Amino acid sequence: MALLTVNLNVVSAEESLFSGSIKSLQITGSEGELGIMPGHAPLLTSLKPGMALITKKDGTEEVIYLSGGMLEVQPNNVIVLADVATRADDLDEQAALESKQRAEENMNAHGGDVDYAEVAAELARAIAQLRVIQAGKKKV
Amino acid sequence: MAVGKEIKTKIASVQNTQKITNAMEMVAASKMRKAQDCMAASRPYATNIRNVIGHIALGNLEYRHPYMEERETKRVGYIVVSTDRGLCGGLNINLFKKVLADAAKWQAEGAEVEFGIVGSKATSFFNSMGAKVTSQISGLGDNPSVTDLIGSVKVMLKAYDNGEIDKLFVVYNKFVNTMTQQPTVDQLLPLPKSDDEEISHRWDYIYEPDANALLDQLLVRYIESQVYQGVVENLACEQAARMIAMKAATDNAGDLINDLQLVFNKARQAAITQELGEIVAGAAAVG
Repeated sequence: MALLTVNLNVVSAEESLFSGSIKSLQITGSEGELGIMPGHAPLLTSLKPGMALITKKDGTEEVIYLSGGMLEVQPNNVIVLADVATRADDLDEQAALESKQRAEENMNAHGGDVDYAEVAAELARAIAQLRVIQAGKKKV
Repeated sequence: MAVGKEIKTKIASVQNTQKITNAMEMVAASKMRKAQDCMAASRPYATNIRNVIGHIALGNLEYRHPYMEERETKRVGYIVVSTDRGLCGGLNINLFKKVLADAAKWQAEGAEVEFGIVGSKATSFFNSMGAKVTSQISGLGDNPSVTDLIGSVKVMLKAYDNGEIDKLFVVYNKFVNTMTQQPTVDQLLPLPKSDDEEISHRWDYIYEPDANALLDQLLVRYIESQVYQGVVENLACEQAARMIAMKAATDNAGDLINDLQLVFNKARQAAITQELGEIVAGAAAVG
C-alpha cells in the first residue's frame, strides 16, 4: 500500500508546535519552496524565514511561521527543527508591518553605516510573517 | 518558675530552624514549577534533534564528519552537570557515584578519564578527588542560557577534534517526577546510532545546499541542545530534591519539638508534684 500520511514534528527551542500525521507539507527551504509528500526520499536542508503550510490527515490546513532552522525528511518521518516558530493565529500583523517598514527605511536611509545583512534578514523575516498572516486569512 | 529553662530555649531554637526550612521548601516549590516549565519547553527540541542525529549516524553519508567515526577509546570525556548549592539531599552524590562507576568501567579497559564540569558542587568534589578537570563553569543561576555553556562545551569539542578524547558523555539528573530524579549518562560523541529498524538499508540524504555546511551546523546545534537540556533538567531536579529535603527537615523539626515539649511538660509536672508534697508535708508538721 502506498503511504498516504507521514508523521510530522515541528519543534522550536521553546515548544513543540505540531505533532501528528499529515498528507503534505509545504515549506521554504534555503534553495526554494519544497513540497514534502509521504514517502519522500531522505532529505536534509536548512530553512529560510518563511511559512510552513501543513495539510493534515483530515484535509484541514495549518500555517506556521518559521524564522529559520533545519528540516529532516525520512520516508516515514519528517522533523522540522525551527529556531523560532509561531502559529499564524499568534502573529501580530501590525508589528510585522511596522518591522517591514522600519527595515525598508533603514535600508534606504543610510547606505553605508548600517549592517546591510542584518537589515536584509530583518526585512526577509517581516515579509515572511506577512505572507503567513495573509495565507492564514485566506484559509478563514 | 525556673523549671526546664534549657528545654524551653531548645524548643525555641528548633522552631526557628523549622521556620527556615519551611520557607526554603516553599521557595524551592515555586522555583521548581518554573524550572519544570522551562524543561518541558525545550525537551521536544532536544529529543527530536537526537532522533535526527540518530538517523544521520545510521546513514551511509558521502561526507564523513569526524564526529561519526568510532575511534579506539583511549580517553573518555564527561561533561558533568551538578548544582551550585547544597541542601538538596543525595542528588549530587548519587550523580557522582554513577559517573565514577561508569568511569571505572572505562578505566578497567585501560582508558583515561577527564571531566568538564558545570556547577560548583562537582568542582569541589572532583578537585578533592584529584581527577583531571579540563573545563569548569559555575554560577549559571536559575535561568541558564545556551551562550553561558558554549565556552565550556567548546573546550571538550576541541579536545575531541584534536583526538585528545575519543568519547564524550554528558551526565545529569533526569527529571522523572517530583519524587524521582534519575542520574543519566548520555553519549554525545561519536553520534549514538538510532534503533529505528525501518531505515537500516543503505541510503544517503539529498542535501540542500551542501553536506559539509549543513552537518557542521546541525552537529553544533545538537551538542548545544543536549548539554543545555541536561542543565535545565538538572535545575528542575535540584529544586525538586531541595523541596523534598526541606519538607523532610521541617517534619523532623516538628517531631523534635513534640518530643521536647513532652519532656518539658513532664519536668513541669514533676516540679509541681514535688512542691505540693512539700506543702502537704509542711502543713502536717505544723499540725
